[in-house]
Amino acid sequence: MNKENQVGKQPGKSVSWADRIPHWVWLLISLAIAFGLWTLLSVLPATSRAFPNAIKVFGSIKTMYDRGKLLEDIGSSLRSVSVGYLLGFVTAVPIAFLMAWYKPVRFVLEPWIQFIRNIPPLAYVPLIVIAAGVGFKPQVIVIWIACFLTMCITVFQGVINVDETLIKAARVLGAKDRDIFVRVVFPATTPFILTAVRLGASVALTTLIAAESTGAIAGLGMRIRSLNNSFESAPMLLYVILIGIIGICVEKLIKYLERRLTSWQEKREI
Amino acid sequence: MAGEARNLTSTGSRPVRVKIDNVVKKFNGRNGEMVALNGVSLDIHDNEFICVVGPSGCGKSTLLNIIAGLLEPTEGKVYCDGKEVTGTGTERGVVFQQYALFPWLTVRKNVMFALEMRGLKRKEAKEKAMEYLEMVDLAKFADSYPKELSGGMKQRVAIARAYAAEPEVLLMDEPFGALDAQTRTQLQTELLETWEKHNKTCFFITHDVDEAIILAQRVIIMSARPGRIKEIVDVNIPYPRTQETKMTQEFIDLKNHIWSQVYQEYLEVRK
Ligand SMILES: Nc1ncnc2c1ncn2[C@@H]1O[C@H](COP(=O)(O)OP(=O)(O)OP(=O)(O)O)[C@@H](O)[C@H]1O
Ligand SMILES: [Mg+2]
Repeated sequence: MNKENQVGKQPGKSVSWADRIPHWVWLLISLAIAFGLWTLLSVLPATSRAFPNAIKVFGSIKTMYDRGKLLEDIGSSLRSVSVGYLLGFVTAVPIAFLMAWYKPVRFVLEPWIQFIRNIPPLAYVPLIVIAAGVGFKPQVIVIWIACFLTMCITVFQGVINVDETLIKAARVLGAKDRDIFVRVVFPATTPFILTAVRLGASVALTTLIAAESTGAIAGLGMRIRSLNNSFESAPMLLYVILIGIIGICVEKLIKYLERRLTSWQEKREI
Repeated sequence: MAGEARNLTSTGSRPVRVKIDNVVKKFNGRNGEMVALNGVSLDIHDNEFICVVGPSGCGKSTLLNIIAGLLEPTEGKVYCDGKEVTGTGTERGVVFQQYALFPWLTVRKNVMFALEMRGLKRKEAKEKAMEYLEMVDLAKFADSYPKELSGGMKQRVAIARAYAAEPEVLLMDEPFGALDAQTRTQLQTELLETWEKHNKTCFFITHDVDEAIILAQRVIIMSARPGRIKEIVDVNIPYPRTQETKMTQEFIDLKNHIWSQVYQEYLEVRK
């Protein structure tokens, strides 16, 4: 997708043969090679036990469905991820603004956030289970914490990086504090808020396994571990792929939103 | 005609609009305290046009920011219409050296921002914004975003936005710096018209000595390290001033004088 953009934006540049092949064709080629490698892994004696071939893996969709687990697991995971993520977002944004506007808040909270952010969630899961018990609640809390930390820091960076001159310009035109917040600081921060939304979503998914090690009774992460215990590598690989697919879909959706909402920005691809 | 012109160029009799009283500004930089302005005093009269020239870093923008109420002087005070300046006020408008357009708003909405802050309704502001954009020849780009404009066009939007706020005192920081010679001349002419017709008071920073003499009634030459007023030159050339004015002996003499003074300061800075 980035490639496509660049070609569009630099018509003067000489177009190599690779650019002439449409993007979706490349995607197919990429997929085909991945399948090839997968098949290779599934026949090599050293790796065949971990990587059953595609037919077995996709066949296990039916197995898991018939066991009544597939939809339950997807549903359970999506529920804890989205609740934790939303809680993370609605708490991170106001606290990030508070941190940016009130120095005492910043000086107290920022070290905490930086400190906790560097601890892998899996490490503090037991503490949360002791405090909050097992089930849905601790899962949400783990994801909430992880999302909050990432999103809060990202939005905070955005708010403190708002161009001072723009605030000055608004003030000179007669803007009051409220106007400055609503009409300058907030829009100037939108790109960072959207970046936070994207990073948060990715953190939410990567924290899923840790979150579901809190004695969950269903969920993609929980199921991967339980299938591991019963040596069922085909459905296990299926679940791994499912998490990847969900991740990509969410990211694409958010990137689309980002493009729609921040087209005013000077181009800056991350 | 001659009498009228004399009236415009002699400013002593008019009331003082902005009074700068012994302003000192110090910054705390990395290598300790740095004096950007060291005792600047100046009376700007009502409907006066003042240009400020001086080498880069001599504190021109700092002084402008203090008058605008965006910076607080370390010592001394600034008064506007007799009242001490403690913050920004809509009677003092600013055109910034770095455009300062809101990148998320279209050109038209940038101008509407100023109008809406003045209390105009959205619909009214929408129409009125076009008048200001026509003034700077940008009506065609009303729906473009700032990123789609050239430096000179951005600067024109910034000017339109500043005008839209209808300030009585216009503080302009090298507003025509990024423009080509034609546009620059055109905007100079328009600025002078606005100034005369609407009784504005202008405080205009420039690097261009020609521009300073064409526009100003008084040219303030600033010296660097520490920044202070070195000399005030009266320009007694009657308005309207045109391209022909630049051929007159009076103009050339003034230009040589100001130029050599600024150049001397420039050499000081280089040392
Ligand atoms: N916020 C600040 N903190 C520290 N030093 C500053 C700050 N703003 C300006 N200065 C210093 O004050 C001096 C005057 O700066 P100022 O921007 O007023 O110069 P200027 O005359 O407008 O220059 P130019 O013609 O290049 O725009 C400079 O030496 C600059 O480094
Ligand atoms: Mg400057």
